[in-house]
Amino acid sequence: MGARTLVDKIWDAHVVWRRDGEPDLLYVDLHLVHEVTSPQAFEGLRLHGRRVRRPDLTFATVDHNVPTWSRSLPVTDPVSKTQIDALERNCRESGIRLEGLLSQRQGIVHIIGPELGLTLPGLLVVCGDSHTATHGALGALAFGIGTTEVEHVLATQILPQRRPKTMEIRVEGALPLGTTPKDLILGIIRRIGVGGGIGHIVEYTGSTIRGLSMDGRLTVCNMTIEGGARAGLISPDETTFAYIEGRPFAPRGEEWERALAYWRTLPTDAGAAYDRRVELDASTLEPFVTWGTNPSQSEPVTGRVPDPASHADPQARAALERALAYMALRPGTPIQEIAIDRVFIGSCTNSRLEDLRAAARVVAGRKVSPKVRAMVVPGSQQVKMAAEREGLDRIFVGAGFEWREAGCSMCLGMNPDILGPGERSASTSNRNFEGRQGPGGRTHLVSPPMAAAAAIAGHFVDIREWRV
Amino acid sequence: MTPFKTHTGVIVPFDRPDVDTDTITPAQFLKRIARTGYGDVLFYSLRYGPDGTPNPEFILNKPAYRDGTVLVTGRNFGCGSSREHAAWALQEYGFSVIIAPSFADIFANNAAQIGLLTVALPEARVRQMLDMAAAREGYQVTVDLENQTVTDALGHRDTFEVDVFKKYCLLNGLDAIGLTLRHETEIARFEAARASWMPRVIGEGQ
Repeated sequence: MGARTLVDKIWDAHVVWRRDGEPDLLYVDLHLVHEVTSPQAFEGLRLHGRRVRRPDLTFATVDHNVPTWSRSLPVTDPVSKTQIDALERNCRESGIRLEGLLSQRQGIVHIIGPELGLTLPGLLVVCGDSHTATHGALGALAFGIGTTEVEHVLATQILPQRRPKTMEIRVEGALPLGTTPKDLILGIIRRIGVGGGIGHIVEYTGSTIRGLSMDGRLTVCNMTIEGGARAGLISPDETTFAYIEGRPFAPRGEEWERALAYWRTLPTDAGAAYDRRVELDASTLEPFVTWGTNPSQSEPVTGRVPDPASHADPQARAALERALAYMALRPGTPIQEIAIDRVFIGSCTNSRLEDLRAAARVVAGRKVSPKVRAMVVPGSQQVKMAAEREGLDRIFVGAGFEWREAGCSMCLGMNPDILGPGERSASTSNRNFEGRQGPGGRTHLVSPPMAAAAAIAGHFVDIREWRV
Repeated sequence: MTPFKTHTGVIVPFDRPDVDTDTITPAQFLKRIARTGYGDVLFYSLRYGPDGTPNPEFILNKPAYRDGTVLVTGRNFGCGSSREHAAWALQEYGFSVIIAPSFADIFANNAAQIGLLTVALPEARVRQMLDMAAAREGYQVTVDLENQTVTDALGHRDTFEVDVFKKYCLLNGLDAIGLTLRHETEIARFEAARASWMPRVIGEGQ
């Protein structure tokens, strides 16, 4: 066999059955389940008299719709409560492990998979959620699936898939001061567009990627889907192995040695070919702020809201005009003059310990603007406890932030944490679609330090001028 | 899944690119545990005003397009969240075919799973269809999956690509899970050979 990519190696190792003209049948090593996209899948199993084939490879938590107020308070929304109860019942009946609302291991599914040592290099991971791409940061092939596919995996542990094309996104150079992995991925999406990765699996390579911590890599891979690709991976290396070792479900002893020996064979071979390549110079990155209604519509914080009139193509102009009308922004407005009402630090993109530390460094010794309501929602109860051990909660609360329990929260507006109509947020989440954070809400995506600084100032500011 | 063979219907032109699944089915409707009931909330924020009354400006509320069953729209349709609710909502509303220059990968998979046909045509041709449907009432097309053609009432015919296996499943309305279960022997053999270091979600971890 010739030189192969990381994706080739993982794909080939998971083919259970293959025939020309049909999709490959791939074996799923880890199936992550949450309350929103699973109830109809379990119902489908019941209707057909089928059972969960491998409860021991299936792992569930509640994250999307759960309230982030104190866990001693009840879930007051009866529809959410029904969905949470349905997951509990389905897991109990099928023998699936569930980290429920009161578990110290509960959290956003894409935070806790890596955190618990369940996500490992070389695994094939699926979940009924598009941000499953996150797990690619550990060198796992991980992608989001729909509910019918969730049912398929529950019943068979198999996912039939056509092999997508591969795309290398190579980033070289040091991240400039004041920029973060979030700015890196926003820069990549700005470059390739929201549909640029359709039909591809991305591998991120280059010195910038190699230099990222695991938390940073998770942020980058997380937003792969925002560029249209279902999966984004990074070849495992010493950073990966050091992150995994000792985590609750990670292999130990001889198994660890066996795993490590295999993982070292996974990185893409020299000379392996990709179907498409994109290169990016990290020195061109700046702290970005999205101004529109998709994640490719961003500008450096020192920039201005673009002018639709500068587009010759009438469709592009119309799309831009619509985005600006929804966002209530005038062309030419300096980004730093955009005032905000809410700040959300959280989501599977940016709610890990390093994200919270970076935001806390900005917040320390300052106060949230009286015009702003700001909240921090740790990605998991484990992240929350670790942050509290370091005193980060006291920094945030002292500055006027709300300090919440773990969940997806205001990223997607399925729980009580939503924007009101017309409210404008600086958010560390991943999507600025119309109504994403609540009907009529207006979302600007930024990094955790940029969100923290916006909370203090009441408008966007160039974090590079704050010397933190 | 209901088999898909041919479909003739009026085009609803929804002229915008990058329509995301939050726009198709907003998150507040994803708390339900049933698979039905989403047709009424399709494109909710565009289709209804803040007070819940229909927005007369939105394409689905215009009398000429009320009976439309073929949605023609811009590139990268269905991007964002993996929610299959988006495909359910489109189908339950009454759409049988979506035509666009391109589709988000997960959305296209989800649509195929439930027998909702996605047809990718060149951007210039989609543009013509959008303009035609906007200019004349009742602009119809016939979509023939077996022959992979889209033919309009004026006799204009396009051919489209479709994955051979997807076509086979759609034409016959096959249950994909049932197809996979025929490979029980191969699955069991694969399972027996899996590496021992791979995680199993049992016990408390260490």
